[in-house]
Amino acid sequence: MVTTAKKKTNKTTPLDDCPDWTFKLLAQYQTEIARVAKHYRLDTYTNQIEVITAEQMMDAYAGVGMPIGYNHWTFGKKFIQTEQTYKRGQMGLAYEIVINSSPCISYLMEENTMPMQALVMAHACYGHNSFFKGNYLFKSWTDASSIIDYLLFAKNYIAKCELRYGIDEVEATLDACHALMNHGVDRYKRPQKISLDEELKRQTEREEYLQSQVNTLWRTVPNNNENKNEKQYNFPSEPQENILYFIEKNAPLLKSWQREIVRIVRKISQYFYPQKQTQVMNEGWACFWHYTLLNHLYDEGLVTDKFMLEFLHSHTNVVAQQEYNSKYYSGINPYALGFNMFIDIRRICENPTEEDKAYFPDIAGSNWLDTLHFAMENFKDESFISQYLSPKLIRDFKLFQIHDDEHNNYLEIAAIHNEQGYKKIRQKLAEQYNLSNLEVNIQIIDADIEGNRSLTLLYTPHNNIELGESKTEVLKHLHYLWKFDVKIIQEKEAGQYKTIAQCPEKTDE
Amino acid sequence: MANFIDRRLNSKNKSTVNRQRFLRRYKNQIKKSVADAINQRGVTDIDSGENIIIPKKDLSEPVFHQGSGGIHDKIHPGNDKFSPGDRIAKPPKQQGQGSGQGDASNSGEGEDDFTFSISKEEYLNLLFEDLELPNLEKNQLDKLIEYKTVRSGFCAEGVPSNIDIVKSLQGSIARRIAMTSSKRKQLKAYQETLTALNQDKHDHINEERELKNKIAELETKIAKVPFIDTFDLRFRNFAKQAVPTSKAVMFCLMDVSGSMDQATKEMAKRFYILLYLFLSRTYKNIDVVYIRHHTQAKEVDEQEFFYSQETGGTIASSALELMNKIINERYNDNQWNIYGAQASDGDNWADDSPHCKSLLENKILPKTRYFSYIEITQRAHQTLWQQYQQVKESHSNFTSVHIKEVSDIYPVFRELFKKNTKSAA
Repeated sequence: MVTTAKKKTNKTTPLDDCPDWTFKLLAQYQTEIARVAKHYRLDTYTNQIEVITAEQMMDAYAGVGMPIGYNHWTFGKKFIQTEQTYKRGQMGLAYEIVINSSPCISYLMEENTMPMQALVMAHACYGHNSFFKGNYLFKSWTDASSIIDYLLFAKNYIAKCELRYGIDEVEATLDACHALMNHGVDRYKRPQKISLDEELKRQTEREEYLQSQVNTLWRTVPNNNENKNEKQYNFPSEPQENILYFIEKNAPLLKSWQREIVRIVRKISQYFYPQKQTQVMNEGWACFWHYTLLNHLYDEGLVTDKFMLEFLHSHTNVVAQQEYNSKYYSGINPYALGFNMFIDIRRICENPTEEDKAYFPDIAGSNWLDTLHFAMENFKDESFISQYLSPKLIRDFKLFQIHDDEHNNYLEIAAIHNEQGYKKIRQKLAEQYNLSNLEVNIQIIDADIEGNRSLTLLYTPHNNIELGESKTEVLKHLHYLWKFDVKIIQEKEAGQYKTIAQCPEKTDE
Repeated sequence: MANFIDRRLNSKNKSTVNRQRFLRRYKNQIKKSVADAINQRGVTDIDSGENIIIPKKDLSEPVFHQGSGGIHDKIHPGNDKFSPGDRIAKPPKQQGQGSGQGDASNSGEGEDDFTFSISKEEYLNLLFEDLELPNLEKNQLDKLIEYKTVRSGFCAEGVPSNIDIVKSLQGSIARRIAMTSSKRKQLKAYQETLTALNQDKHDHINEERELKNKIAELETKIAKVPFIDTFDLRFRNFAKQAVPTSKAVMFCLMDVSGSMDQATKEMAKRFYILLYLFLSRTYKNIDVVYIRHHTQAKEVDEQEFFYSQETGGTIASSALELMNKIINERYNDNQWNIYGAQASDGDNWADDSPHCKSLLENKILPKTRYFSYIEITQRAHQTLWQQYQQVKESHSNFTSVHIKEVSDIYPVFRELFKKNTKSAA
């Protein structure tokens, strides 16, 4: 995509392109970008643009994208890591961080030059922002208007718990929750939105109510059952994949404040759930729009050649894709893939080839802006790739598939960028972004509420991949929350289940 | 549609609490790292912080992740030579487990240790947590008198170089106002009367003349009040204040006879480093005097002290004599806090040991805050140790300890300087 230097027809005076930014200049650029964004129908939350220093950016890094975080050592560790690598010059800091909230908070680094600030504003304040507002995953999983309030509530609640129950207790609970954080989402149920008012109102009564529920469940008053050896009913009645939710509701000996902390970690996990699934799309969308918006301003004569050269330099760095044999190669760059896919969709709409017409009969020749908005709103990475990755792009990236089976002593090239390979590569690449293939499938299948209260989890392997080493460690954390025996089983042969990890460890099995 | 907020002036230490939490949690590992780091320092190198190394596995936060085995399909960009069906030999198994596609973030980076820096203060605090200098409070004020001049207000007398101009001129203004106010009031009244008379239609020649005379007289009187008077002068006043001295001298005594090998000296060195670091927490200026001895004692520099090889017999008293001499010549015990540390493998000429004892008891211990003797040996104790045991029983500022190997040093050091809560009561 080379920018064509069009003759400037109208006599607009370009905006100042001096490298040093001022707040006045920021506002001018922002106004122009906003105007063009509106032209392209980008619907955004109100922007709150905060200028910060490098140190503050490191703080923001340590908070893993939460503008207000509760206190925990793991954030300290992240901060120290960031600080070390930054000071040694091993890593540059991001130009911006953007928070999915309403108003949408974006952090701009003080060190950026004016063209960089313009790029960042177009990228974060209009690209990411409109994605947060428009994409179905964000719409159904997060509530941008209340997240800041909720995080504040979480921070205060945890601080209060620390005062009341001691830092060590709270820390241990949080550690345990963090270990299970990836298992805090119901993938197939739409969640309730987090609302602070409701949270506060219900929190106290929930504490009591929950405890009473648990008490009912675990009542030790003997039942007059004749056949004690036979289980009365299965609990839970269906396998539960949301381990944190199950713990919050059913763990027998958890204190009510610990249940609330489990809930907080679960809610935060839910808040980040869409971001994990839309990395390629989100970044691609933002890159597409900073590219398109600033080029639009250039075409209008509002920004100068000097500005464009610096902008394009940064842009090319961001969307560069290293090849597999480069020493800088670290997998597929989501910025590169996403950006090129959106550019490619626009091309398919505007200038379809015969091949595109065969592969994409629906969108070839359609209105590109409508198509792009539709794609942004209704897909996640996996479905987006399997829907829109075109043969042309596969050729451009020269994609190929390596098949690695543990039973073979060789790797096999399963498909390359040719006619026979397009669909296979597209399917495999999409799977590569499918969260349910990446994260392990572990479900709670049984809690022996009438017997020894032991908890059983079932691991279902994907592609025969074993559960990683850390399972025993994680199980210790789960045991901390559940307080009774926990174990993970796996089906080895048909109907044969084998315990692969348990806590506390037993030697007799 | 957009609000700009300048956050640059907000506090940037949002992560401080979390950082402290991290240090708190890993205190044990950090302490171990700190103790290990002692070995790599020069005795007087205390200005730097320290790099802390924690094995990565201690820090990991476990999550369920996919492990090895099974089938992995991965798409890569930039095919330059492959055709479908090509087979490539598997790369040899690596130590790390970065093969799975799902676990890249957690275990893919191998087993690099986690390294970070702590500041000098944090370093020393960790190193000497719960330790205190013996005898510090008891002797601090009655013996260690040193004077410091401090400002103490203003006074009316002094030398010209101490004149405080602002205060003096303020005094001058006040005095002038005070001395002339009644006259000015009078003057004003006369002037008003004069104006009234002038405006009157009738002539009042006599009265006017009289008034003018009075005015002139008053004006002269006012003018005669001097602009500045010796009475106005104020001088900055200084007073002497007794302060406990912040100077300390540390004597390192070491046997360098043939029986002391390099490993033993290294152990002694670590003990000296610890002592120096510890003293530097309390004292601003610390001198270090290195005295080595075989049959004769000699004052040397650090390099020679630790690394030059000598042979010969051992007379420990020679070092104590020299120490005593140096104290008398250079380190007045009223001004200096004197600490001594002697290291030896226990070998000494048998007849000399009682002499060492008497030297210590009569000359050195009365002047020193603390004297520690470490014996680094694997063998049985000899006469020097026995004599020193007697000294230890009768003197609270003397101690002798036995070190067998490197790992003993830090615990022994902690034992020596452990906060003694009982003695305070």
